[in-house]
Amino acid sequence: MFEATEHTRRMQRREGIIKYLLSAMTLLIVLPLVLIVLFLLYKAAPVLSLDFLLENPIHGMRAGGVWAPLLGTIYLVLISLLIATPVGVFAAVYLNEYAGDTWVTRAVNLAVVNLAGVPSIVHALFGLGAFVLFAGMGRSILAASLTLAIMTLPVIIASTKEALAAVPLPFRQACWNLGATRWQTIRHVVLPNSISGILTGIILQVSRAAGETAPVMFTGAVFFKAIRPGDPFAYGLLDQCMALSMHLFTVSTQVPDVPEPITYGTAVVLLGVVLLFNALAILIRFRLRSRKKW
Amino acid sequence: MVNAAAKIRVKDLRVSYGTQQALKGISFDIFTNEILAIIGPAQSGKTTLLRTINRTLEFTAGAHYSGSVKVDEVEVGKVKNIYELRRKIGMVAPLPVGLPLTIYDNVAFAPRMGGMRHKSDIDAVVERCLRQAALWDEVKDRLDTLGTKLSGGQQQRLTIARALSHEPEILCLDEFSIAIDPVTTMRIEEVLRELRREMTIILVTNLVQQARRLSDRTLFLFAGEVVELDRSEVIFSDRPAQQKTYDYVNGIFG
Repeated sequence: MFEATEHTRRMQRREGIIKYLLSAMTLLIVLPLVLIVLFLLYKAAPVLSLDFLLENPIHGMRAGGVWAPLLGTIYLVLISLLIATPVGVFAAVYLNEYAGDTWVTRAVNLAVVNLAGVPSIVHALFGLGAFVLFAGMGRSILAASLTLAIMTLPVIIASTKEALAAVPLPFRQACWNLGATRWQTIRHVVLPNSISGILTGIILQVSRAAGETAPVMFTGAVFFKAIRPGDPFAYGLLDQCMALSMHLFTVSTQVPDVPEPITYGTAVVLLGVVLLFNALAILIRFRLRSRKKW
Repeated sequence: MVNAAAKIRVKDLRVSYGTQQALKGISFDIFTNEILAIIGPAQSGKTTLLRTINRTLEFTAGAHYSGSVKVDEVEVGKVKNIYELRRKIGMVAPLPVGLPLTIYDNVAFAPRMGGMRHKSDIDAVVERCLRQAALWDEVKDRLDTLGTKLSGGQQQRLTIARALSHEPEILCLDEFSIAIDPVTTMRIEEVLRELRREMTIILVTNLVQQARRLSDRTLFLFAGEVVELDRSEVIFSDRPAQQKTYDYVNGIFG
């Protein structure tokens, strides 16, 4: 009884190989990430300190810190999300909950998907034409944030739609049977149960908004601008600003003789900002998922 | 015992989803305070009928209906306040769907959405409905736990409590005993016998025995057409008017 046949042995061997292969692939993903972070930290170690964060670059970027670009990036990311989030979420709610399956909605959905694939340099040109020149905002934080918002919007719409669609239809039907309107149903049942997915999608766009160089370079970010160090309100909405992504480009290619630790320090800060936002996403998701209701 | 006034009048009702016909011109009345059982195999249009009555059919893309459905002599298609109409009709869905809210909020949902504000009023509704659905004793100490965490039978009774929360005049139960054990089913049937004094009950069921036990009249729906509608004694007797009915009821349907 229960002796292994040739077939079983073959299956067991295959099982072992597959498992080994899959874990190796996983390791292959993690390894470069760890190496990159360690390499950056090692190279940046001499400059990393609180002062590096809170001081402006000085001596033609060859000394000082990253305060101006760091604050610029935070401004750009937060303002662009403040614009893109309500528009994107409400558009997604409309598309997923209200719009019927007509050729118009299908066209809109197609447009959203395709817009998500448009290269950032194209968004940059659009932002330059529409916000900086046509709307007369000039090169400013506002114009750059709007450009970033346009860039992140399609992805926010797509991820929000997905989160909404994950809420089972019977919940909605139950609410409708109880005489609730569509909005009451969305407000009290659909949104509370998709909010973690929606937030995750939004916060993941932060990394994109923070990392993109071209859109902000065309529309509001400048090579150098000195602001009051350590003052979080140093920029105005119509000011130009520095941005970490562009600053990294500048110190690594445009300015000769920048000490290596400063270049790598800038990269570490940019990575840190992105990781911080991602950590926030994970935290929020974790908190909301522990309240998962079905 | 059966009040002669018609609560619901269905006349030449045809419903189609795209090109597929679900109901092919059915006509019948449902009397006030009766329990009408609707029996019939899957795909015969039972659920579609219920969804036409409370106008949730329109949430399905491509659904279309013609003919007439009147509730209290009012054409449902012409009702302006459909939310009021839906509150007049309690609907218990086939799978127990506890909303992802607490037990309390599940039952309080409809009153709140209908504009009830005072906590004491809502408290009263919640207790009354849970008692009516024979669930109060089991959950009264944990009203703030999730409705979705209840067992299948408890969730089913929760949906009944919820359907009663907006004080419906008509209660539709769509295969309510599909997920629950016989003992609980019996308890709910007891509840329904109590409720019929206050409301009209439509009982869609696959269990022929259940229809026989509970209903005043039984409607046999097959492939979107009414095969037979008569007093349950007749439908479940040795000689209903249609041979097809006899065959279905006695499980010798080919």
